[in-house]
Amino acid sequence: MDFALTPEQTSFRDEVRSWLAKNLPKDWSDRMRVGSDVPRPEVYDFLRTWQRKMYDAGFMGLTWPKDYGGRGLTFMEEMIFQEQIALAKAPPVLNILAIGMAGPTIIAYGTEEQKRRYPAKMLSCEEIWCQGYSEPNSGSDLASLQTRAEKVGDHYVVNGQKVWTSIAHQADWMMLLARTDGKAEKHKGITYFLLDMHSPGVTVKPLKQITGDDEFNEVYFDNVKVPEANILGGLNNGWAVGMTTLMYERLALGFGLQVRLRIALDGLVDLAKRTKKNGAPATQDPNVRQKLAQMWIDTEVFKYTGARAVTKLLKGELPGPEASAGKMMWVEGHQRLQELAMELQGPYSQLGRGSRWAVDGGVWQYSYLRSRANSIEGGTTEIQKNIIGERVLGLPKG
Amino acid sequence: MNFGFNEEQELLRSTARKFFDNECASETVRKLMDGPEGMTPDLWKKIAEQGWTGLIFPDEHGGMGLGFVDLVVLMEEMGRSVVPGPFFSTVLLGGLAIREAGTDAQKKAWLPKISSGDARATLAWMEPSAELGAGGITLQAAAKGAGFTLDGTKLFVHDAHTADVIVVAARTSSGQNPPAGGQNPPAGGQNPEDGVSLFLVPKGTPGLSVTLLPTMDQTRKLCEVGLKDVALGADALMGQAGSGWAPLARVIDRATVALCAEMCGGAQKVLEMTVEYAKIRQAFGRPIGSYQGVKHKAADMLVDVENSKSITYYAAWAMDEGVPEGQLAVSMAKAYVSDAYRRVSGAGIQLHGGIGFTWEHDLHLYFKRAKGSEFTFGDATWHRERVAQLVNL
Repeated sequence: MDFALTPEQTSFRDEVRSWLAKNLPKDWSDRMRVGSDVPRPEVYDFLRTWQRKMYDAGFMGLTWPKDYGGRGLTFMEEMIFQEQIALAKAPPVLNILAIGMAGPTIIAYGTEEQKRRYPAKMLSCEEIWCQGYSEPNSGSDLASLQTRAEKVGDHYVVNGQKVWTSIAHQADWMMLLARTDGKAEKHKGITYFLLDMHSPGVTVKPLKQITGDDEFNEVYFDNVKVPEANILGGLNNGWAVGMTTLMYERLALGFGLQVRLRIALDGLVDLAKRTKKNGAPATQDPNVRQKLAQMWIDTEVFKYTGARAVTKLLKGELPGPEASAGKMMWVEGHQRLQELAMELQGPYSQLGRGSRWAVDGGVWQYSYLRSRANSIEGGTTEIQKNIIGERVLGLPKG
Repeated sequence: MNFGFNEEQELLRSTARKFFDNECASETVRKLMDGPEGMTPDLWKKIAEQGWTGLIFPDEHGGMGLGFVDLVVLMEEMGRSVVPGPFFSTVLLGGLAIREAGTDAQKKAWLPKISSGDARATLAWMEPSAELGAGGITLQAAAKGAGFTLDGTKLFVHDAHTADVIVVAARTSSGQNPPAGGQNPPAGGQNPEDGVSLFLVPKGTPGLSVTLLPTMDQTRKLCEVGLKDVALGADALMGQAGSGWAPLARVIDRATVALCAEMCGGAQKVLEMTVEYAKIRQAFGRPIGSYQGVKHKAADMLVDVENSKSITYYAAWAMDEGVPEGQLAVSMAKAYVSDAYRRVSGAGIQLHGGIGFTWEHDLHLYFKRAKGSEFTFGDATWHRERVAQLVNL
C-alpha cells in the first residue's frame, strides 16, 4: 500500500498543476460559485470553451486509447488529474454524459468505424451527448421501456418517447435504448442505438424542474430514421451493452463526483466562516463544527474508497463493492451538504436569486433544490441499494 | 500509488484467518471471556509463535520489523474473531510505548520478551476524569532522591491485572514550558503537554494495586490501577522527565489506527453473518433478504464497512510514512469507524430479529466490542472536533 506518487506520477501532476495555474479562467467562480452541480444553461457556452481548452491541452479522455482521441493513460493519472481539478476548483466538464457513459461504451462495444467517428468529438465538446433511457412508464424498471425501433430496409424507424433527458435541447447525439423485438423477454429485445438528435422527427420539449430551470426534457420520436450502422454492440444486445459498462462508468464518474463534492465543501466552509452565529463565525459553533468535520471526513473517505476501486481495476480485477457504493455515498453526502448550507443561512435561506439580501446571489438555494435530483438521476438510491444487495452481497431478488 | 495489499500481506491475512478460525472460534472466545485473564497460556504461546507479538518491533529486539499496514491485516482478523486477551494492551499500548519512549536499556529489557510472548505489558494513562488530552494526566510523580514517588489512580487500563509491566503516565511538573513551535501557552499560562513523564512500573512493585472492573464487553478486560507511594528508581523514567506527552500521543494515535482495523474486521464479520442469515431465514414464504427493507439495510452496512476500511488503510499508511497529515488521518478514521461499527453491529442484531438478541448468538460479542471500542481513545464527537481543529475550521 502506497499513497505516494511515483516520479512519473509526480511529473504528470506537475504538468496538470502548471497548466491549470496558467489557464484557469480567473472570473469563472463568479459565474458558477457552487461547483458540485449540473451547470446552469447560462454557462453552457463558457463550459464548451473550457472543455475544448482542456482537450487541446491533452487532458480529456486520459484513459481512452490514443487512436480514439484519448491519451492512453491509466485510471491512476485520471485520479491525479481529478484531484488537481478539485484543488484548483476548476469548472466541471459539460459533456459529462458522453465522457462518463457514451464514450467508454462505444470504445468497449463499437465497430472500428464507430470508434473513429465519435469519441474524439465527445472529448473536444464538438458534439454533446444525452442519454435516452428513461420513459414516462419506465424509470427504475428500465427494461420495461416501450420506445420501439422497426427495421425498414437498411435503417430503423424509431417511435416513442423519452423523458427526464438532461441537456437534450443542447445535444447532438443520444444513447438510445429502444425495443427491437417486442416478443422477446423484456431484457432481451432491446437495442442500443447512436441517434442523431438533428434527425427529422425528433422533437425536444423542455421540462421546467423544481429549480425553475429547463435542464431536462421530453424527447418525442415520430418515425425517426436511424441507419443500421448506428447500432452499438449488436441487435437485441442493448441491455448488456448498457449494463456491462455501468461499473466502469460509475467508477469514472465517481472521481468527478468526489471532486465536485470537495469543491462544494470548500465553498460551504467558506460560507460558514463568513456567516455569523451568536456574534461569532459559525465555524466556532460546536454543532456546526461537528457537522462540517463529518462532511470533511466523508469526502475524504469517499476519495479513498474510490482509490481502492482503482487499484483493483489496475490489477485487472473487476471493480468490487467499493465502486457500487460510490454513487450512493455521494448522493447522501451532497444532499447533507446542501442542507447544511441552508441551515447556516437560517431565515436567509428563504431568499433566492434577485433579492439583494440573498446570500451569494441565491446560488445555494438553486443547488439545494437541484440536489434533490441526485438520489433519483442515474439510478435511484433504492435501485443502487438493490444492486448492492443482489449483485454484491448475493441476496435474493424480491 | 497503490491502494491494495501486497502478496505477503495477503498471505498474512489468510494465515491469520485460518489460525483464529481454528484456535479462537466462538466457543473459545466465550470460555476466555468468562475467565479473569481473557487468555490461556497455551493460546498466548501459539500467537507468539506466529511472530505476531513482535510484528511491529525491530529485528534487533526480536521482532519482525513490520509496519502498520501489515499490522492492520492482523488486527482486522483479530477483530473478526473478537479475540480476547492482552494482545492489544501488550503490543499496541505497553510495547509500543516502550518502543516510542523507552531508553535503550528499557527497550533491551522488555521488547525481546514482549516479542517472544514472555512478557505482557500495558499502558496506564487515563484517569477518573476520563479526559483524553494531556490535561487529564494529573497523577503526581514527585522527585525523591535520584528517583520518584508516584501517587494517584489510573482508570480504563487494559489488562493491567495480567501485565508484567505497566507504563504509567504521570505529572512531574505542572507545565511551565510553552508548547514547541513558538505558540503562545494556553490560557492560565500553563501548557499541560509539558510536565508529563512516563514510567515503567513492574508487576509486584510495592504500593501498586490492580482491580479488575466488570465491563460490558467481557472480551476486553479493564482495570483500575492504584499507586500509593510507589517508589521508583531513576531507571524507571522513560526518556526525559517532562517530555513524555509527545511519545505518548504517538502511541495513542498508532493504537487508535490498530483499533480501527480491529473494528473493521468485526464489522465485516457482522455483515457476513447477517447476509448469510438473510439468505436462509424465511418469512412470509421467502427469504428475508429478498425484502427491500432488509436488503437496503444490508447495503448500508456494506457501505459502512468498505468506507471504514478505506480510511483505516489510509491512516495506517500515514503512520508508516510519518506524513504531516498523520493525526488528521487518525482522527478521520476513528470518527468514521466508531460510528460505522456501532451502526453495523446494531443493524446486524436488528436484521437477525430475536435470535440476534440472545446470549447464545455471537452478535452481542461484536455489538459490545463496538461500543467499548467507540469510547476507547476518543469517540466520534471527540475526533470530529480534532478534525475541525486540524483543518482550521
